[in-house]
Amino acid sequence: MKTGAKILVESLQREGVDILFGYPGGVVLPIYDELYDSSLKHLLVRHEQAAAHAADGYARASGKVGACLATSGPGACNLVTGIATAYMDSVPIVAITGQVPTNLLGNDAFQESDITGITMPVTKHNYLVKSTGDISRVVKEAFYIAGTGRQGPVLIDIPKDVSTGLAKDVPLPEKVTLRGYNPTYKGHKRQIDKAVELIEHAERPLIYAGGGIISSNASGELIKFATSCGIPVTTTLMGIGCIPCDHPLNLGMLGMHGTEYANFAVTESDLLIAIGARFDDRVTGKIDTFAPHAKIVHIDIDPAEIGKNKHVDVPIVGDVKSVLQDMLQCLKKNNSYEPWTKKIRHWKQHHPLHIKNDDRLHPQFIIRALSDLVKGEAVVVSEVGQNQMWTAQHFCFHHPRTWITSGGLGTMGYGFPAAMGAHFARPDVPVFDIAGDGSIQMNIQEMGTVAANRIPVKVAILNNMYLGMVRQWQELFFDRRYSFTELPAVDFVKIANAYGIEGIQVESPDEVLPALKASLACDGPFVMDFRIEREENVFPMVPAGAAINEMIGGHPRT
Amino acid sequence: MKPHTLSVLVENKPGVLSRVTGLFSRRGFNIESLAVGTCEEPGMSRITIVVIGDDAKVEQVMKQLHKLIDVIKVSDLTENERVERELALIKVNAEPGTSRAEVMQIASIFRAQIIDVGAKSVILQITGDTEKIDALEKLLRQFGVKELVRTGRIGILRGSKTVTGSR
Repeated sequence: MKTGAKILVESLQREGVDILFGYPGGVVLPIYDELYDSSLKHLLVRHEQAAAHAADGYARASGKVGACLATSGPGACNLVTGIATAYMDSVPIVAITGQVPTNLLGNDAFQESDITGITMPVTKHNYLVKSTGDISRVVKEAFYIAGTGRQGPVLIDIPKDVSTGLAKDVPLPEKVTLRGYNPTYKGHKRQIDKAVELIEHAERPLIYAGGGIISSNASGELIKFATSCGIPVTTTLMGIGCIPCDHPLNLGMLGMHGTEYANFAVTESDLLIAIGARFDDRVTGKIDTFAPHAKIVHIDIDPAEIGKNKHVDVPIVGDVKSVLQDMLQCLKKNNSYEPWTKKIRHWKQHHPLHIKNDDRLHPQFIIRALSDLVKGEAVVVSEVGQNQMWTAQHFCFHHPRTWITSGGLGTMGYGFPAAMGAHFARPDVPVFDIAGDGSIQMNIQEMGTVAANRIPVKVAILNNMYLGMVRQWQELFFDRRYSFTELPAVDFVKIANAYGIEGIQVESPDEVLPALKASLACDGPFVMDFRIEREENVFPMVPAGAAINEMIGGHPRT
Repeated sequence: MKPHTLSVLVENKPGVLSRVTGLFSRRGFNIESLAVGTCEEPGMSRITIVVIGDDAKVEQVMKQLHKLIDVIKVSDLTENERVERELALIKVNAEPGTSRAEVMQIASIFRAQIIDVGAKSVILQITGDTEKIDALEKLLRQFGVKELVRTGRIGILRGSKTVTGSR
């Protein structure tokens, strides 16, 4: 007989968990006692939200399921933003929460919260374990559900008496079978044939590549598919990294802050092949004018995404990797889409992303300097807002899972803790968090975690003393009425130093490269406080509700 | 926009009803009627939901329902030949010597049963489709309906076709 806590820790290890991000508290004491002399590594964060984001960052960087642990009540509630972030971006994490003993459930006991009820809309599934004997099965199911099909977060709530109770640790069957859960992996043959036929007859085809390609580890298949057909590719924010930034067929990101040429291409395309993407409003702009001339092929593992926002001509439900492999087999000949690809080359040449070259400190320059320095061999995490869009636009990503960002939920404060998690997945490469002065202050307490554990996360704060993206909208759409978006100056280097972290303040372009090099030379965490142009905007931009080819801040159309 | 009757086979686990109804409210679908009970298979329940929406919206809600781990099968009965029933209990004023005879006469025309007789009122039990129950209620209103309780609508396919989870 073993305690529930012991069964839990052993079950996590059986699932291949090598690090648990967590924060202790009353009802998880039995679990923490078990961790005290366990070989399972645990990282003590400074706020439970960071534990969830770190598990998420770990999962995105590694492709494995991330795991986090928090106590009941406030601890569990603090995980919610992190769980919702993972849910919106289909990231596999398992969150474990303590719960008050079963005899007190529903009694408004101290630190009780109905966390399974609270997280129902933001988890793929969740469990309240009522018996010690169920723990090993529930853990196995949770990891299976989180990591298969359309991935997502699963929460396991364990009352204190369930973790202290005793049960036999009976061996479980190798394979998990759940009657109500059978994801479709293999695409339908006839649908694939239809898609292939459309591709062969198209004149202006375009691939719209989303985060599903990263989740499915199908970057190789995508590149092969695009190159063998000669079809240009535009990626969503989540799809960045699935094809190298400098690949001749890559048009960069589409949508609200996409490249002009990507958005032009979508608007003029006659066949849009959406792969692991979900026609999000930040991508489509005004939905009726999105890809108005195109037939649409949509490949996705989640049938509910197909036809949700936009009518689809050829739906293919299946795992992107498997479907692309099948499609590659069916493609008969190399098509030439010459007049189309020539037009795209023309757009690319005449509508490049805008950068200013003067003696002022522009954020785009910093991102490009970092990009040139690390040459794609780094994990870059961002916060949310202007810092995120500048990084997405100007950093040249070469590999999948090296760009980590909160896309769907847009969670400020995500980047720093996610970068900590990413380090444990990729200790072989430097990890950068590109932050704004607003976002970094949403989880700045994690400086304590990186300092105490010497986690070598390099934080680049693009400091404009504004909540920059909101300020940009106020400038453009609210008559420059900067309502509550100005932040007073903060000396981030001093804050870093107080935690025992090295830091440097940068005010001019010529100091950028030395600062970035200093951060790489430092074997621990490092903070760079870049004092950038205060009212720099992210351009081009599609105003909310406009068609995506109606961009502001672009070049005159040629 | 027409009513669709969805038959949802679920694992009979704690919280499953709240997962299903939560999904409806979260995604902005209105539930017209809801009925839940055990079914032919042990450990399973069947939820019958009537929802009003256009076909695309109903298709989307069915796909979302299907994503719930505890949901085994979702079918739209509206597509097929089916039988649908509701049950209502109606407590209506029926004083002896005045309206009672007339109430009983109406009940018999509707094939409703009198299941309780009080000093001043009777309780009628009626089964049928929504329209039949609406019609009876309308007729009884003149006597004074003191209380009315309706179950949600339940439905089943005609013939040998079934909505069951295939193992």
